[in-house]
Amino acid sequence: MQNMNQKNIAQKTQTPLIEYLLRLGDNALVLGQRHAQLCGKAPALEEELALMNVGLDLFGQARNWLGYAAELMADKIDADHLAFRRDAQDFRNLLLVEQPNGDFADIMGRQFLFDAWHVHLLDGLSHASDPRIAEVAAKSLKEATYHLRRSSEWVIRLGDGTEESHTRTQRALDNLWQFTGELLQVDEIDQAMLEAGIAPDPDTLATRWKATVEEVLEEATLARPAYDSWMYTGGKVGHHTEHLGFLLAEMQYLPRAYPDATVW
Amino acid sequence: MQPSGNHPSASSDDKLIDDWPSSDLIGSDRSGLPPAGDEGDVNAVLAVLQEVPDPEVPVVSVVELGIVRDIDWLDGRLAVSVTPTYSGCPATEVIEQHIHEALVAAGYSDPLIQRRLSPAWTTDWLSEAGREKLRAYGIAPPVESASKRSLTGQPDPVVPCPLCGSNATERVSEFGSTACKALYRCRDCLEPFDYFKCL
Repeated sequence: MQNMNQKNIAQKTQTPLIEYLLRLGDNALVLGQRHAQLCGKAPALEEELALMNVGLDLFGQARNWLGYAAELMADKIDADHLAFRRDAQDFRNLLLVEQPNGDFADIMGRQFLFDAWHVHLLDGLSHASDPRIAEVAAKSLKEATYHLRRSSEWVIRLGDGTEESHTRTQRALDNLWQFTGELLQVDEIDQAMLEAGIAPDPDTLATRWKATVEEVLEEATLARPAYDSWMYTGGKVGHHTEHLGFLLAEMQYLPRAYPDATVW
Repeated sequence: MQPSGNHPSASSDDKLIDDWPSSDLIGSDRSGLPPAGDEGDVNAVLAVLQEVPDPEVPVVSVVELGIVRDIDWLDGRLAVSVTPTYSGCPATEVIEQHIHEALVAAGYSDPLIQRRLSPAWTTDWLSEAGREKLRAYGIAPPVESASKRSLTGQPDPVVPCPLCGSNATERVSEFGSTACKALYRCRDCLEPFDYFKCL
């Protein structure tokens, strides 16, 4: 019955607003889970606290976005259901956020490229015509601003640090760069949200993301890969890299193994 | 908007109310305050909530923390609006539960606890009394106003050590034991301390 139920959700035609909310929520959820995977493994106690707190902020944001999406969907679907009972092809997160943790340069590079986009996106969404989106975005923006400050400082410290840290951070950046095309890509869902007065102007968003990235990379003495280099895309429509399935398998194991549990 | 019939009489202790809402708070949305209900009834509810501590920083109450946003009566039923500090604050549900329990224990039947996201919580809503209690507890209260500039701006504000008062302090980490705090260290008394950061 569970499988039947999932098929019904996946096959149901989703409105652009629901699709858009899933993108926002899944970005936060998947990146939050990447942080959760680092629990107990950070290079220092202070970093452990920071990584877990950033992850916690992201989970809170995911709950707010997915909770709204669930209200617009069928009965008996809630934020937990969306987080734990969907398969990889139903996730709408960016490919960038599902990339594996790797070393600390990979982790902070991924965070920085995302934060630099997230802050400007949330800033725009805080003026959305949909008041529910505007209030969640305004709340999230405060947290994301702090995240960006921290990840920028790390990218600068690592890039402009030792030869080893510089080499690793440049390598991380070169690898992650191929997943950033999606951040600025505009498809029919984005277009519908733009016309509804919800999504911010994509050209402005792109300009701001590039300005933030260029400023920090320059200070970090890192070479910025070309904007027109070849990019992987597909996360926003459910075509993911192989990494997402493993992440979900771990994250969803318990609720899927004990679907009738009411107390954890 | 009628007060419920079974609530206790208003407390005569107006001291509890003095620092809330306090005049030094930012002028941004004090939405719903003062509430529509009778002032004495609202004060009685506030007196109850003043005794509900934040579970992670138990020296300050939920009122002093500034997360109680509205007190009202809906068809005779007490309704309290509470805002989370951070989106992912794990204490959100516990706080709501504690508020509910305290109100029931004080004689309010079936109070409604509503979660409100907007306007987003800011450390500017921490009352003066709350700030002093934080300091006495060893947590440096937020410095400056929580404008976007203080979130992003450089350099960091000077955070006086809550233990010895020295301004010779340095940030160790952007995050401390909870999402709302950063970790600092005093170069004079050499003690580490939490800083309740601006949001």
